[in-house]
Amino acid sequence: MSGPLNILRTTLLAGLAIATTPLDAQTYAITGAKLVTGDGSAPVENGTVVIQNGKVLAAGSNVAVPTGAERIDAGGKYVTPGIFAGFSRVGLVEVDAVSGTNDTRANSSPFNASIDVSPAINPTDSAFAVSRAAGVTRAVVSPATATSIFAGQGALVDLGEDYDAVSVPRAFQFVEMGEAGAREAGGSRAAAHALFRNALREARDFGSRANVRGGGAAQSEGQSLSETSPDLRMLESNADRPQDVLLTRFDAAALVPVLEGRQRLLVHVESANDILRTLDLKKEFANLRLVLVGASEGWRVADRIAQSGVPVIASALNDLPGSFEMLAATQSNIGRMRAAGVKVAIGMIDDEDAHQLRYAPQYAGNLVGLQKVPGATGLSWDAAFAAISGDVADIMGVGERYGHLKAGAAGDVVLWSGDPLELSSAPERVWIDGVEQSLDNRQVRLRERYRTPQEGALPKAYER
Amino acid sequence: MKTEMGKTGAALAAALLITLGGCAAQGGKTASASDKTDKHPTALAQGEVAFASTYAAYPSTPTVVRNVVIYDGEGARIDNGSVVMSGGEILAVGDANLAAPAGATEIDGAGKFVTPGIIDVHSHLGVYPSPAVEAHSDGNEATDPTTPDVWAEHSVWPQDPGFSRAMANGGITSLQILPGSANLMGGRSVTLKNVYSRTAQGMKFPGAPYGFKMACGENPKRVYGSRGRKPSTRMGNFAVNRQTWADARAYREDKDHKYDLGKETLSGVLEGKILVHNHCYRADEMAQVIDMAKEAGYKVTAFHHAVESYKIADLLRENDICSAVWADWWGFKMEAYDAIPENAALLDNAGACVIIHSDDQNGIQRLNQEAAKALADGRRMGLQISDAQAIRWLTFNAAKALGIEKMTGSLKPGKMADMVLWNGDPLSVYSRPEKVWVDGVLLYDADDPSRRPVSDFELGQPGAGDVK
Repeated sequence: MSGPLNILRTTLLAGLAIATTPLDAQTYAITGAKLVTGDGSAPVENGTVVIQNGKVLAAGSNVAVPTGAERIDAGGKYVTPGIFAGFSRVGLVEVDAVSGTNDTRANSSPFNASIDVSPAINPTDSAFAVSRAAGVTRAVVSPATATSIFAGQGALVDLGEDYDAVSVPRAFQFVEMGEAGAREAGGSRAAAHALFRNALREARDFGSRANVRGGGAAQSEGQSLSETSPDLRMLESNADRPQDVLLTRFDAAALVPVLEGRQRLLVHVESANDILRTLDLKKEFANLRLVLVGASEGWRVADRIAQSGVPVIASALNDLPGSFEMLAATQSNIGRMRAAGVKVAIGMIDDEDAHQLRYAPQYAGNLVGLQKVPGATGLSWDAAFAAISGDVADIMGVGERYGHLKAGAAGDVVLWSGDPLELSSAPERVWIDGVEQSLDNRQVRLRERYRTPQEGALPKAYER
Repeated sequence: MKTEMGKTGAALAAALLITLGGCAAQGGKTASASDKTDKHPTALAQGEVAFASTYAAYPSTPTVVRNVVIYDGEGARIDNGSVVMSGGEILAVGDANLAAPAGATEIDGAGKFVTPGIIDVHSHLGVYPSPAVEAHSDGNEATDPTTPDVWAEHSVWPQDPGFSRAMANGGITSLQILPGSANLMGGRSVTLKNVYSRTAQGMKFPGAPYGFKMACGENPKRVYGSRGRKPSTRMGNFAVNRQTWADARAYREDKDHKYDLGKETLSGVLEGKILVHNHCYRADEMAQVIDMAKEAGYKVTAFHHAVESYKIADLLRENDICSAVWADWWGFKMEAYDAIPENAALLDNAGACVIIHSDDQNGIQRLNQEAAKALADGRRMGLQISDAQAIRWLTFNAAKALGIEKMTGSLKPGKMADMVLWNGDPLSVYSRPEKVWVDGVLLYDADDPSRRPVSDFELGQPGAGDVK
């Protein structure tokens, strides 16, 4: 889907998407659909979506069907944007416990922030095919931390059956600032914050020397430094690299776009206090484009998250005090945050993040179910579906291109057998970038081989 | 913590080293190996049981649920039915016109469903509780590849907040707590009523037989092999197991033996008083275990995590062994690579016993949803399985594997009134328990915050008593 020139360009310009125009894309018109667009609006009955040149040409009720389009009558079934997995490690793992197939973290690497998962994402991983068959068409893919609070740079991918999985390389930097961050930083949250500030200072210094614009911290005009602000010496820029640098040049360079706000910073925190201390970082580093990840206690400080305008990718069903940073976890977290005005999507955080992206509809469905539980706060069906499609795209800054069925967006479309959030439903047809996908995978093959367990005229090894 | 698979892919390899899922069993009866009176290793009087259950049902009110859809747990469905509970027991199950005892609470179940209380045969609540701190990590006595002498109940922390979530969201009324799977022989399990108590004894299911946790495959050989100890291979696993069984047989025949805690448990297994719950993923390995059991003279009650059971459904049926499975976990380790979501349905279709289990403090809150997914996957490949049969996977079949099916696991007169009223079809993602009774006692009520258990650990903490 991308030529060498594009690859070169995106290597130079972090965060720019690779243009994707599949060559073999046909024009499809899916009519008679219960059409869900992914933006949280109610489904459109008898809707149509037209896919052309890999993109959505039009979606809605009164949509003209171009001549030559392959018409597909949905017969009243649900047609939706593909699921956009909000936080995952798909493509980085074939078998978790087989280290040679697990590229999520690098325990012995000298690098951290500069690690870019893009070349490690393997679209032939079994989980790509299994997730695709379940209607997952896009995913946020993040590295995991190993030797620093900074995990490195994650990508946005499509799950199509080709070798061009990465839609947006280096879409974000991922950092741990809660319990895991404290551990990676040497043993305390305070150390994690010191490491974070030092790293951004080094990035700014590096950026200044490299004449990269916007490397300054947040000392905006008229804003007096409060007593909680850092010593100015922590922010000053030196012409030469100081002697006490902790980051490799490569890592410092990788944080420049974070500092400048050109690259999103996904911060994993769970507790209410860690959430607030993360939001405080904006006071020192005004350009940060924060996204909170996890946020199991977000509901306790939902108003302040909403006020900050920082969006959240949260676990849907965390409801146990699995650690002391999520004592107040409840399945109502997402509903309460949303009710307070927080933009929130569903992700797989500390969950089966490589293999079970297909849980997204089940998680969303559970939040719908909460509406019937007295005292709980769930999501409407429309909001729940948005939380696994359009909202993810919006939060990652690609809402015009992915996650929605609207003109100009990628042709990621799923035709479902029934209500997509219901346990009994499954995709019947899936398109990614306008290309219809096979729903085959090795689980399907195994199922068919053992439809009857007994061996026949020849061993099972001859059945395929 | 997710005991078997670990959670983040990233954390997985490390987690597997520490936290291995497992199985074991427990109960109120002793499974004392021999009735030999040649030794008096305890100070208990004749007939007294060590660590006896002190569970007693709280006072209950006779209750009738009417106009409700009933899944009886044994594969039947009654529309517009009634269930009458009295004295802690199921009094009657039938049509809309059942007579109610005087003073019974009447509940209109229109639009709702009842099932027997859900039973999880594979849980580590209490032994790997929340919060998952090292100080609480009591599920694996990973200091020897065979530890038949340990009893899971001695690790159970009855203040685990997970018990409350399992009830409120999962409708769990009974559960087996197993040792982990670091060891070939992990120890005895304990079956609990899901009723908070100050003590583990206060949760023990009265009269439940003990179980015995065994583990095949990757975990034991990795844990001990990595220490340069036997076993480091699957053949090493079998060698250690077989010698241990042979020694146990010799122990039983030796009238002058020195009392040995572990061998007492093994003798209980050989006598059929203690039920074997064997963590085992691969089909070929299960077949080897079946032969090992024949050689040693015991029976495997259930293979747990049996992701490849579908490959030998006929063999499992012939040997009357249940498969306790997830709906769709896969890929977290090599021996889980061939897992398929149709596993449960293929087994059921072949006439083999299926149980849906969790091995997970989150999964236990949604066993009904796991069954629904497994059912739907089976139907999509053309297998015909009723909704009521899928409910049996989490109720009667689970009770049978725990040896408590005469007491609970289905809605039949005379059985314990362990029951869930769901606010919709339990096989829908949109449904939740509305009321949960254990022995006829209303212990969870979505409409009444005072019927929402809060463990000591959570009391006074942020979010205590919240909807969860």
